[in-house]
Amino acid sequence: MIRENQKRYRFDWIIIIVYLLLVGFGYINIMSASHTGEITNYFDMSQSYGKQLVFIGLSIIIIILILSFEAKFYERFSSIIYIVAILSLLGLFIFGKDINGARSWYGIGSMTIQPSEFAKFATALAVAKHISDIQTNLKTIKDQLKAVALIFLPALLILLQNDAGSTLVYGAFFFVFYREGLQQIYVLIGFSLIFLTVLALKLGITITVLSTAIIVFGLYFLKRKKRATLLQPIAILLIATVFAYGVKLFYNHGLKPHQQNRISLWLRLEKDPAKLELMKKREAYNLIQSEEAISSGGFFGKGFMQGIRTTGKFVPEQDTDYIFSTVGEEWGFLGSSFVVILFMILIVRILYLSEQQKSQFSRVYGYGVASILFVHFTINIGMVMGLIPTVGIPLPFFSYGGSGLWSFTILLFIFVKLDSNKINEW
Amino acid sequence: MRKLLLLSLVIIVGIAFISRLYYLQVYESKTYNPLEDTAIRKEFTYPKRGYVYDRNGELLVANQPSYDVMVIPREVEPLDTLEFCSLLKITKQDFIKTYNKAKNYSPRLPYVFLSNLSKDDYAVLQEKMRKYDGFYIQKRSIRTYRKTIGANVLGDIGEVNQVIINRDAYYAKGDLIGKQGVEKTYEKTLRGIKGIKFIQKDIFNREIGPYQGGANDTIAKPGKDITITIDSKLQEYGELLMTNKRGGIIAIEPSSGEILAMVSGPTYNPNLLVGRDRSKNFTKLYNDSLSQPLFDRGLQAMYPPGSPFKTINALIALQEGVVSPNEKFSCALGYKYGNRKMGCHVHRSPANMNLGIYESCNAYFANVYRRIMDKYDSSEKAMNNWSNHVKSFGLGNYLNNDLSVGQPGKVPTSKTYDRAYGKGKWYTTFSMSNAIGQGEVLATPIQLANLAATIGNRGFYYTPHIIKQIEDDTIPSKFTTPKYTTIDKQHFEPVVQGMFDVYNKGTAKYVKVPGIEICGKTGTAENFAIIDSVKTQLTDHSIFVAFAPKDNPKIAIAVFIENGYFGSRFAGKMASLMIEKYLKNEISRTDLENFVLKHSLEHEYQKPYSGEPFKINRETTLEIIPEEEFEALKYLKAKIDSK
Repeated sequence: MIRENQKRYRFDWIIIIVYLLLVGFGYINIMSASHTGEITNYFDMSQSYGKQLVFIGLSIIIIILILSFEAKFYERFSSIIYIVAILSLLGLFIFGKDINGARSWYGIGSMTIQPSEFAKFATALAVAKHISDIQTNLKTIKDQLKAVALIFLPALLILLQNDAGSTLVYGAFFFVFYREGLQQIYVLIGFSLIFLTVLALKLGITITVLSTAIIVFGLYFLKRKKRATLLQPIAILLIATVFAYGVKLFYNHGLKPHQQNRISLWLRLEKDPAKLELMKKREAYNLIQSEEAISSGGFFGKGFMQGIRTTGKFVPEQDTDYIFSTVGEEWGFLGSSFVVILFMILIVRILYLSEQQKSQFSRVYGYGVASILFVHFTINIGMVMGLIPTVGIPLPFFSYGGSGLWSFTILLFIFVKLDSNKINEW
Repeated sequence: MRKLLLLSLVIIVGIAFISRLYYLQVYESKTYNPLEDTAIRKEFTYPKRGYVYDRNGELLVANQPSYDVMVIPREVEPLDTLEFCSLLKITKQDFIKTYNKAKNYSPRLPYVFLSNLSKDDYAVLQEKMRKYDGFYIQKRSIRTYRKTIGANVLGDIGEVNQVIINRDAYYAKGDLIGKQGVEKTYEKTLRGIKGIKFIQKDIFNREIGPYQGGANDTIAKPGKDITITIDSKLQEYGELLMTNKRGGIIAIEPSSGEILAMVSGPTYNPNLLVGRDRSKNFTKLYNDSLSQPLFDRGLQAMYPPGSPFKTINALIALQEGVVSPNEKFSCALGYKYGNRKMGCHVHRSPANMNLGIYESCNAYFANVYRRIMDKYDSSEKAMNNWSNHVKSFGLGNYLNNDLSVGQPGKVPTSKTYDRAYGKGKWYTTFSMSNAIGQGEVLATPIQLANLAATIGNRGFYYTPHIIKQIEDDTIPSKFTTPKYTTIDKQHFEPVVQGMFDVYNKGTAKYVKVPGIEICGKTGTAENFAIIDSVKTQLTDHSIFVAFAPKDNPKIAIAVFIENGYFGSRFAGKMASLMIEKYLKNEISRTDLENFVLKHSLEHEYQKPYSGEPFKINRETTLEIIPEEEFEALKYLKAKIDSK
């Protein structure tokens, strides 16, 4: 298979090209979304687009660094990287800086760094290391708990810093565990719980419990071959009932008012027109503005720097979390679909390459990368278009911000490096 | 299986996203227009509205500056409200109410705090304005009427209503639009085209700059001046004669169809509908349901035309060849048919056409009408034939002119009687009243004036119109194309002669004007009111149509005076005066003028509302106005003459 004069490393150019396209297109849109008046200096460091250009430059250096390390380095140092990441998260409680109510930043001069972003690849490395250990068997409860603990620790720390959105991303590792042997029943339970949550909120507890009862007992009577006890369905029903109550209780008392309203808007729970009007001015404001901006783009878009809603800064956070609204307005259906397709190509390509890895570490890591990107992509674009409730997380490679760009770059290019090394692993 | 979970989710999410994008950007944005986006503010520059001149080049309507006090609520600083209110001549309650309205509208946007300041108030206020942050004065242009005449002709402008805004994209809230008269019909000519600047704004409503560098902006195109056909002196004189009376006068130039005067009484000063008190005054005029000053009686009042209509029957009879001018019919104080009788007054008998017209003999025309109808075997065919002749005079339908209001009048056809009596179940005797213009025929004064013009022209007319000239433009060709009647030219002479003799020896011999050959026809129209749910007859309307001179007429006129009794009592006199005024610009029959000015019909109009029994027609007495009021009218008359 391997010819003599072939290079030792073969980088996957599809990933690299898609990466460059996303970063480049992202930069163009950040320029549109953040400029005020004419752009005279592309390196104007007081402007987001100036800074982003520097961030991109630094990313190239980071990529070169990552690719020049030995592939084995990442597996070997994964534990240390993980520990450093956890320590940096802990350090926030002492040295952290509050921005927008979340204590998740270190301030270094005028720069800010967000360690929770870097914790993602660190966790991915740690999870890969744990699962690929020969002694680990994800079918055992003990190893399952260990794996969950690895992601639970950073997730908890981030949640305590008031960054609920980033916490959700750690749920992505569920896909990794499933791929690596977690029992089917967990998937079933996972989806059932999501379904139950939505049902309990939307239709109320009584209907939820009743419909659960019908399904559970229906299945029991249909499928019974041997005389199974009624204990199992009753237990399931009981758990479901308790869960539904829990959801309702959590929704009413556990959530902050703005989070509660975001969900209420998504499920259209609010019926009082006066309150709804108020919500439209507060929680739904971003969403309405962003949907209008996207919609106004039409099929071809209004063109670079021509978006009147973008120029007028109608969508708050339009250069970070809501950057996709700028794409929608200025590049239209063509440009927006192009971005969606680029993300799909990227994720599918990573999945495809992961399956081809010879080392389990690389495969698990690759799966981690794909899962994290998938969750970001789904939540961010879904939220900007009003398909899911508002959760503030950035669009990878696209949104303005150094920490985000670097952490996703590192996340992705460690995999590129690992993948390029597969021909050396026999 | 395990490999497929994430892969399939990626694909599902991707498809869901693209579908959502399709919905938002292709399906939902079909009607999207960036120029209408809320992110773009439209700023209008209003062009000068065109002036209106009369046929002699006298300026009737011009523009004047008006000043609005504007407010931007969030820029307002605490102020001495007491002083401010006294400057604006408003109360503190008004101040608070308007201020709150402005704030509710938008704290950031300008709002009209007080509109149409007078020049004097503006002068005082201007000095002090800098003391009041958040308030400023904006100049606008409103109309000014140089003469106090022709309110019904000229009309007025006012803020455009929502219905029109929804229908016509040109108009935006707060724009002015012609509401009545020529302001309405020539709105598009007069208004010009406003200029639009598209300004991009940000989320806080601050300006960013011109949208697309101003590529879509347009500059305002000034409105065109127009000259109308009205002779303002004649109009003014007509309005003076109409004082204390209700009715309409329409004067037309037969050779062109130009309307020389269009009087409706009672009228009002057009300046009432300008400026700050417009809506208050309009409501007052609108709610005056007794005298109805906004109802243009010259154009909108439909009545049985009465005797003037006989001329048409004479013409039809001649055209159909059923009567010759010299054929005589006897009249025994009326005409009997079946068990009914159509009455007539004392005059020589038998009557030929000439006598029939100048004595207005009912029996003569009853015979003529029967002849017309009996020419055909079927009454249906005869009726429709007659109806088509009548319609060719412009009766029974809108004249399709350039006046903002109008009525079609009514000319019966066979269908009218089919509906009333059943198909084939009616005969000529069922419609005998048509012979003397009292039956199912209805006409407006302008249609009657047009009838006079048509007879004066011996068989054709130009659609009566108000536009004479448009700056850099021509007037519509429909006003310069003659419309021919179904009657041949030679048949008109006997009728013209008859109308001429109305003045010589007939019903109008007492209103003759020396030196002018006038042809005319008197008329009266019976009319009724419902009083306490009883149909009660009121004093007849006084009607007169005329044209002069007899050959190549310069003026055709219809006068219609509500409850004026017989034709020559008011309408005939007024027609003579108007004709003399127009042709000679002086009045020799001052006796007629004094009679018209001196007498008021107001008491006649009060009768139905008095709640007491009252007398009509012959048994009425005329009311004479007080001496000082009469002197005032004479003074006005002198003023008109001196111009």
